[in-house]
Amino acid sequence: MSREPLLSAKDIEIQFTLRGKVLKAIRRCSLDLYEGETLAIVGESGSGKSVFTKSFLGMLDANGSITGGSIMYQGVDIAQYKTEKEWLGIRGKKISMVMQDPMTSLNPLKKIGKQIEESINLNQGIKGEQAKKMAIEMMHKVGIIDPERRANQYPHEFSGGMRQRVVIAIAAACRPQILICDEPTTALDVTIQAQILDLIRSLQKELNMTVIYITHDLGVVANVADRVAVMYAGQIVEYGNVDEIFYNAWHPYTWALLSSLPQLGVKGEELPTIDGTPPNLFNEVKGDAFAPRNKQALAIDFEEEPPFFEVSPTHKAKTWYLDPRSPKIEQPKSIKMLREKMKK
Amino acid sequence: MLKYTVRRLIESLIMVLIIVSVTFVLMRMLPTDMYFTEEQMMKLNDQQKEEQLEAAGLLDPIPTQLFRFYRQLLHLDFGESRRIQTGVPVLKVIESKFTVSMRLGLISMAISLVIGVLLGLVQAQYKNKIPDHIGTVYTVFVNSVPSLVSYSLVLVFCAHVLSLPSLYSTRNVGKSSIPPLICLSLASIAHYALWTRRYMVDESTKDYIRLARVKGMKSSDIMRKHVLKNAFVPLAQYIPASLLLTVGGSMLVERFFSVPGMGTLMIDAINRYDTNVVQACVFIYAGLGILGVFLGDILMMLLDPRIKLVGGGSGR
Repeated sequence: MSREPLLSAKDIEIQFTLRGKVLKAIRRCSLDLYEGETLAIVGESGSGKSVFTKSFLGMLDANGSITGGSIMYQGVDIAQYKTEKEWLGIRGKKISMVMQDPMTSLNPLKKIGKQIEESINLNQGIKGEQAKKMAIEMMHKVGIIDPERRANQYPHEFSGGMRQRVVIAIAAACRPQILICDEPTTALDVTIQAQILDLIRSLQKELNMTVIYITHDLGVVANVADRVAVMYAGQIVEYGNVDEIFYNAWHPYTWALLSSLPQLGVKGEELPTIDGTPPNLFNEVKGDAFAPRNKQALAIDFEEEPPFFEVSPTHKAKTWYLDPRSPKIEQPKSIKMLREKMKK
Repeated sequence: MLKYTVRRLIESLIMVLIIVSVTFVLMRMLPTDMYFTEEQMMKLNDQQKEEQLEAAGLLDPIPTQLFRFYRQLLHLDFGESRRIQTGVPVLKVIESKFTVSMRLGLISMAISLVIGVLLGLVQAQYKNKIPDHIGTVYTVFVNSVPSLVSYSLVLVFCAHVLSLPSLYSTRNVGKSSIPPLICLSLASIAHYALWTRRYMVDESTKDYIRLARVKGMKSSDIMRKHVLKNAFVPLAQYIPASLLLTVGGSMLVERFFSVPGMGTLMIDAINRYDTNVVQACVFIYAGLGILGVFLGDILMMLLDPRIKLVGGGSGR
């Protein structure tokens, strides 16, 4: 890839201190984000998707901190930022976020219009009537009907889907370069999900944003993403273009994830699940973190952590399976099935 | 809104009437001997007693008495005090006392609101740091040490260190009010600090605060523009009631510093069987209490758009 990344996180380590114990939530995680793309980060709960992206905004909880690595953004290592003042240059203006639960993301005591205005005058320095007009325009843009009237209403007068539109309007009104959507559709019902995804997509085009989706819904990923990064136990284990991940995955965890897609299930047969639980990150993880849950794990998986192997210039996977010395391991049937389906 | 207000007002009125009537009937059901002092009991013979009671209208059937009471109530006439200050109209007796209680109460409430809320803010801002711990120690101390012990400490401190008078005196109101004011404020400062801190911390961990941070708002602005108001709403509900009930005074503090306030009046009146004074006190306390709750609800409704107080109960 010859393009310069817009944001480049390298070997990021994030630790949390909980009751005197140290939890390594992110273990040397690297990620490049390119301008204009849509990147999806997938992985199970607790794999560190949210924490990882929150660190781009300095939004880690008070007991957590970046203990290693760098996040290069516009020539500055923002991982070194400590004070709120430094982060205020990034938050909103450069990187903004849409959070999971629209029901609680808005201040219940403030009018919708005012909350969007706040975002406009914080990040674009526009106040008063002008800001009000822009807020209404923004509401119109995110598909809220009759925005003049709705701007004077309070969040409880909005449905979940409408509130998420407002949250998106607030994030987009910041005119950020990067928009992080942390499970933006999880709390919404299915019919609304597609609308919200469409909305984000059209705003992305219009405002020229780079979007990171955090999700565990592979359906969403297939729908919106250009590239996918798969996270497990605080690390990215495989990344590539969306086709490469869906049809030619190599990491056993990605296999397991894809195999448990309900769409691949055969009627009458039980849907495959991933046995076991993710490793306890209070302890040091040895070797490949997924090895204990992987039935086909190699001996070396328990000993040494695999490096990234290149599948294609855009597709890399962190597994010993790709090492030339490894015994011949075939991709599981379900992955081949996916490929078959695609060819048709 | 208007309909609801009127409805609530009528309901409140009925409530007060019920409370007052029940008290009235209960008082009349006690033996009539209680109307006399021991001295009178010995001096007067039965007939004289009868005559006195007759003259005061206390021997009429209870419903008759009750209606007479209502009629007087319409003119805000509570009759005369029999024992506390014999022959003086009840309202006069109360008036002199409640101004004392109310003055102390209002000042102390102002002090505790300001200090308590500020303390709570500081505690929330420095959560789990030293200022927070100091506040917590104070709150726990005030709440766990029996009031009389802490009052004694205040008394000792004021008398010996600040050389203030240890008893309230009408001749030196300014200085002698300070110790009772401190005592009155001790607990309510702790109360306001505790709840302010709690609601602030509650609010500041909510998702919408995170959204405000994400959109690039300064923490201090978030505190001011988002957290403060939202945290104040649940506190505000109780302020009108506390404000109105300052009239009632505090029995403990007033007795401790011998403040001639309302605090001990009702107990005295009951003990000494001054029915008219008891009636008036009950009426005032019940009325103010109910009015306070009502105003609190209205205030909540003004502050929080989610709360719609609709008549008929269906809209809640």
